Amino acid sequence: MSVAVSEAPVTFHLPVRQRLFGRREWIAFWAVVGFVLAATPICALATPASSPFYLSTYALTLVGKIMCYALVALSLDLVWGFCGVLSLGHGLFFALGGYAMGMYLMRSIGLDGVYHSPLPDFMVFLDWKALPWFWQGTEHFLYTLLLIVLVPGVVAWIFGYFTFRSRVKGVYLSIITQAMTFAAMLLFYRNETGFGGNNGFTDFKRILGFPIAAPGTRVCLFLLTFLVLAGSFLLCRFLVKSRLGRVVTAIRDAESRLMFLGYNPLGYKLFVWTLSAVLCGIAGALYVPQVGIINPSEMSPTNSIEMAIWVAVGGRGTLLGPIVGAFLVNGAKSFLTASFAEYWLFFLGAIFVIVPIYLPQGVIGLFKPPRTK
Amino acid sequence: MKPAGIQTTTFGSGAPDADKSPDFPTPDPHRTILYLEGVTVTFDAIKALNNVNLLIYEGELRCVIGPNGAGKTTMMDVITGKTKPDSGRVILGKDLDLLRLDEPMIASAGVGRKFQKPTVFERHPVWENLELAMTTERRWYRCLHAKLTSETRDRVEETLHLTGLMPVAFRAAGQLSHGEKQRLEIGMLLMQRPRVLLLDEPAAGMSDRETEQLAELIESLRSTCSMVVVEHDMDFVAQLAGERGQVTVMAEGRVLVEGTLDQIKKDETVIASYLGR
Repeated sequence: MSVAVSEAPVTFHLPVRQRLFGRREWIAFWAVVGFVLAATPICALATPASSPFYLSTYALTLVGKIMCYALVALSLDLVWGFCGVLSLGHGLFFALGGYAMGMYLMRSIGLDGVYHSPLPDFMVFLDWKALPWFWQGTEHFLYTLLLIVLVPGVVAWIFGYFTFRSRVKGVYLSIITQAMTFAAMLLFYRNETGFGGNNGFTDFKRILGFPIAAPGTRVCLFLLTFLVLAGSFLLCRFLVKSRLGRVVTAIRDAESRLMFLGYNPLGYKLFVWTLSAVLCGIAGALYVPQVGIINPSEMSPTNSIEMAIWVAVGGRGTLLGPIVGAFLVNGAKSFLTASFAEYWLFFLGAIFVIVPIYLPQGVIGLFKPPRTK
Repeated sequence: MKPAGIQTTTFGSGAPDADKSPDFPTPDPHRTILYLEGVTVTFDAIKALNNVNLLIYEGELRCVIGPNGAGKTTMMDVITGKTKPDSGRVILGKDLDLLRLDEPMIASAGVGRKFQKPTVFERHPVWENLELAMTTERRWYRCLHAKLTSETRDRVEETLHLTGLMPVAFRAAGQLSHGEKQRLEIGMLLMQRPRVLLLDEPAAGMSDRETEQLAELIESLRSTCSMVVVEHDMDFVAQLAGERGQVTVMAEGRVLVEGTLDQIKKDETVIASYLGR
């Protein structure tokens, strides 16, 4: 596609459709996918614990959790990096997906809870006699899958429809998203809401009949998370390379120009926003069985802000960058909070200062050749 | 969404040398393309537009001049749907009421607008800027699988030639010079085959050479669509309007006078409010 600028091309070659990746990138992609799919079960299940290649359940859970965060970062990059909508409320969609999965896991406990009741423990504790209406059907896994996609999707669509239609933009939009997740958090903290109040859901026993803490189940959840992450990466890459992606980046760069060219940005924004929320919800649903708990603190504004930091650190508008950023920041977080707990916040503050000044394009920007003018 | 209406002229037929002669096609008085009647816009207590009437004929190139704050840009905002007037009518062609439509619909109906500051998609290559502007499917779900058709490719190529941007077709638009950006933006508008083109101070901040290129480009578009040019630069206006072109003078939200440049220069009210200063 590179054409010498000095001389006008004789024939005008334009790609009919842009390719997702070059050859080398495809090879790298499939190599990573193949390696993870093959190595994880071997290292976690068939390697003795004394071997340096042994993957402990702790490590599996940690990396699995970070992969969920990476999926969140990817989905946030889709709206922020490509559509210019900085959401500081994606923690809400993450938590909604998580709560949907949590309801199923709570129902799967069955009679094995502390009170040996068919109702979840917190309902017995509150002296409720029957399941509230919105808990009906949550024992079915397929229905739960539907909820995981629909609940964050519908909430995002309704929120997006009214804000985008009123042409709320920039910081104002960010502040509203922040308020949205904060309001939801306060709602979920209340016992009467029916989601376990500030304790949320925990003490899960099994998923689809398999014991949830067993190494085999953990490996499956890990690989599933990995495949969803890889698939979402491809999906997002497809979107940003399509004509829709070009329109969406044009919305980011000059929305009014696009409007005066006859495009209505509403549909584009809503689609990207809702898709991003759904991906985020799926990330939450994968997170809960691995971490074993979901509570309203996931909706706290600081969580959502941290998500934006992962994207900024990795490099927004690159899709791969935010995944890298999520791994870097969360890797550093688990290392520092384990070894020097008191320094974590200083480190986070340092990131705030260093990244915008020295890495405006994020970590991924270090590996790209500087733009030639 | 309304279809783009009757297209009477074909794009590209106006090769640069077709209309070089001083007697360009005279406006057909029976066919108005844009009609403003009694348009009033109030911001707080200030009347930005006060009972403005304007009549643009098909094929006309109308220059609008006036001091800062005369309401020129507000008038463009009203025509393109950005600002809704308190009262008045805005009609495109025979009977399309623009006040009932929003910005994207007005653009699709055939009103192209160039902003005062050149506004292009800086991160996209030049050819993608043009491709995005092409009147094809605009709904998001159709864009997912959209391929580049040979028609689009031909139109992009044609416009690149017309605007003289072929050598920079693959450069990011953000790297273009000011004058190139102006021409790219006009090229984007042409991709939509507009019926009326509104140009807001197209020569602002341009070098003499760039202004000259722009004047040539505008000249070559005469047979393609009607144009309304808001401008401060009197030499540029003289170049565009020639001896017979109509010029509208605005001041303080009103239309002061309409006439040829010569008539206007002699008009007392104009001298008092604008030129004489």
